[in-house]
Amino acid sequence: MTGSARRRRSDGGRSMSAATAGLESLVAAYREFAGNGAGRAPEWVRTLREAGIDGFGAMGFPTTAHEDWRFTTVAALAEGGFALATPERADAASAIPPALLGSGRFRVVFVNGRFDAGASAIEGLPEGVTVASLADVFARDASLAQTHLGRSGVHERNAFAALNTAFAADGAYVHVAPGVEIAEPIEVLFLSAPGSARTVSHPRTLLVVERLARASVVEVFAGEGTYWTNAVMEVVVGDGARADVYRVQQEGRSAYHVASTHTRQGRDSVVNVHPITLGAALARHDITAVLDGEGARCLLNGLYLGDGTQHVDHHTVIDHAKPHGESHEYFNGVLDERSRGVFAGRIIVRPGAQRTDSKQTNNNLLLSEEARADSQPQLEIYADDVKCTHGATLGPIDPKALFYLESRGLGKEEARALLTYGFGAEILERMDVPALRQRLERIIRARLLEPRR
Amino acid sequence: MERSEGTAMLEIRGLHASIQGNEILHGVDLTVRPGEVHAIMGPNGSGKSTLAQVLAGHPAYEVTGGTITFEGKDLLGMEPEERAREGVFLAFQYPVEIRGITNAYFLRSALNAVRKHRGLEELDPIDFLAVLEEKTKVIELDEELINRPVNDGFSGGEKKRNEILQMAVLEPKLAVLDETDSGLDIDALKTVAAAVNKLRRPDNAAILVTHYQRLLNYITPDHVHVLADGRIVRSGGKDLAHELEARGYDWLRAEAAV
Repeated sequence: MTGSARRRRSDGGRSMSAATAGLESLVAAYREFAGNGAGRAPEWVRTLREAGIDGFGAMGFPTTAHEDWRFTTVAALAEGGFALATPERADAASAIPPALLGSGRFRVVFVNGRFDAGASAIEGLPEGVTVASLADVFARDASLAQTHLGRSGVHERNAFAALNTAFAADGAYVHVAPGVEIAEPIEVLFLSAPGSARTVSHPRTLLVVERLARASVVEVFAGEGTYWTNAVMEVVVGDGARADVYRVQQEGRSAYHVASTHTRQGRDSVVNVHPITLGAALARHDITAVLDGEGARCLLNGLYLGDGTQHVDHHTVIDHAKPHGESHEYFNGVLDERSRGVFAGRIIVRPGAQRTDSKQTNNNLLLSEEARADSQPQLEIYADDVKCTHGATLGPIDPKALFYLESRGLGKEEARALLTYGFGAEILERMDVPALRQRLERIIRARLLEPRR
Repeated sequence: MERSEGTAMLEIRGLHASIQGNEILHGVDLTVRPGEVHAIMGPNGSGKSTLAQVLAGHPAYEVTGGTITFEGKDLLGMEPEERAREGVFLAFQYPVEIRGITNAYFLRSALNAVRKHRGLEELDPIDFLAVLEEKTKVIELDEELINRPVNDGFSGGEKKRNEILQMAVLEPKLAVLDETDSGLDIDALKTVAAAVNKLRRPDNAAILVTHYQRLLNYITPDHVHVLADGRIVRSGGKDLAHELEARGYDWLRAEAAV
């Protein structure tokens, strides 16, 4: 056996000191953060942060030995070297590419994790709708957020969410009072504009849609350079309410994006989450949807594109806690060159959650021999009167479909392009914000149909 | 008796075709003239669908002998899309679902590919919608299906009707209907047959590939051919279909083997 063949890959080959360097420097950064300006936060926020850093310290960075991280190594993050991002210079607003801003009236913008009032637009919101930066909420009326922030417990189960919680300082806060409906989506832009150093930001979003209320939020993540976004979103939806969450991850190609989204919904409520994953060198998104009321309905409708050496990992959990719930999960991936897609979809039906109806599909289109997809459905069913289906496909363009299109007069290239685009279009069609859908159609068309760089 | 006047639209001479090294067609001859409807009947495994697929240019089939001439051109030398643009249309036995692409978008792309080839201006979405509305009425297809992804979640009958809609929109010179009647209930069969009849013109032709005679109760063929074991073993007028219905296929196979 040769020396090179014996050399082990991934986490196994890293020295212990390298693996803990990131953890140690982050804990040190936390001590500094907690000791100065962050001290303005109310007591309960400081307690929550402590719980966050303790949880992170205890869990540490996951390795590929963890079942949930088998296919995704975060060694680059664990090795450290990411300084806490600092509020950007005053001219940051003018540097925001207009293409990233939606056409809507209401918008909150965060640059390097901090609220940018100049680029935001929150005037004229309807009565009963509050949109603010979390930093403002902490400074003024923290009780608004206290009821829900961190209550998902996401920081107790996920090291990255714990880390985000430790550094929770700013982010988007959206609250819609009972019975209030706001038709226009609220746009939330998290932009990273690091300087020469590698930085990390911990954006946090809290969306609370109270009983019989309705709102939609469009989150966009973008940036340039090498940086790490460590995001958490918590969504709480009351009885009979509806929340639509659109999430466009178009980080720079050298970026790392790790995120947790947690939704909890009440009786007869509707939650639709649309994660569109386009950017970052490494992207990992954990989504947990808890259907915590009878007759709740949930849609997870995701699309991921990969090329180059991009690595895109989605781990989802749909937790049917009460009877008569309905969930639909659709994730499509289009993977080219040497990119890799990972999808793990867990569906839990709790004891007593009878008449649950759950459907999961994950389709992966592999456009090159080197592209790879892993798909893992996981059903945990503890009730007997339920309907759960799941299906996954992976492979190149279907030759039957190709011939079908050719037999109608389409050229080979056009037919291939149409079939490829269809993987994205199928997901975009389920989105209810026409302006966003059109913007995404343009991006995806350019990405999938135009000749490579 | 076969008529022989007029110029042939399609000439198949001594066609041999194989799939994965197995020869299915062992020398098929067929002449189709404008305005004619030909029925090709035969038992399962006789090569009917192979003939249909070979006409459309399916890449899995290898033509090992013979010629196919379409309007004086060598059809076998053309790619599937060129054949379609020249006016050959295959209604699939098993139409394929195309994820994410609406029927309307797909049909416009296909029609424009054909129009471009014929030197006609491409249609914009609005002009195309007018064409589509007119054709949808002929087919009696639920208009809602126009904006759904191609064949995605369609019932068996809807898929077959959708094939006929594509045919109506693309206006082929030669339509090959591969077991379009299979899996259809009698009402759907009548609707599909009525649509095919409405689309008949003196300058186009159709080949109906079918296992059963019942489709021919609604579409009257000019010629009926029996394909058995990869050869046409009998040709005749529409009465041959009735005879087959009464006697089955075995007597022809026995005769052919003699």
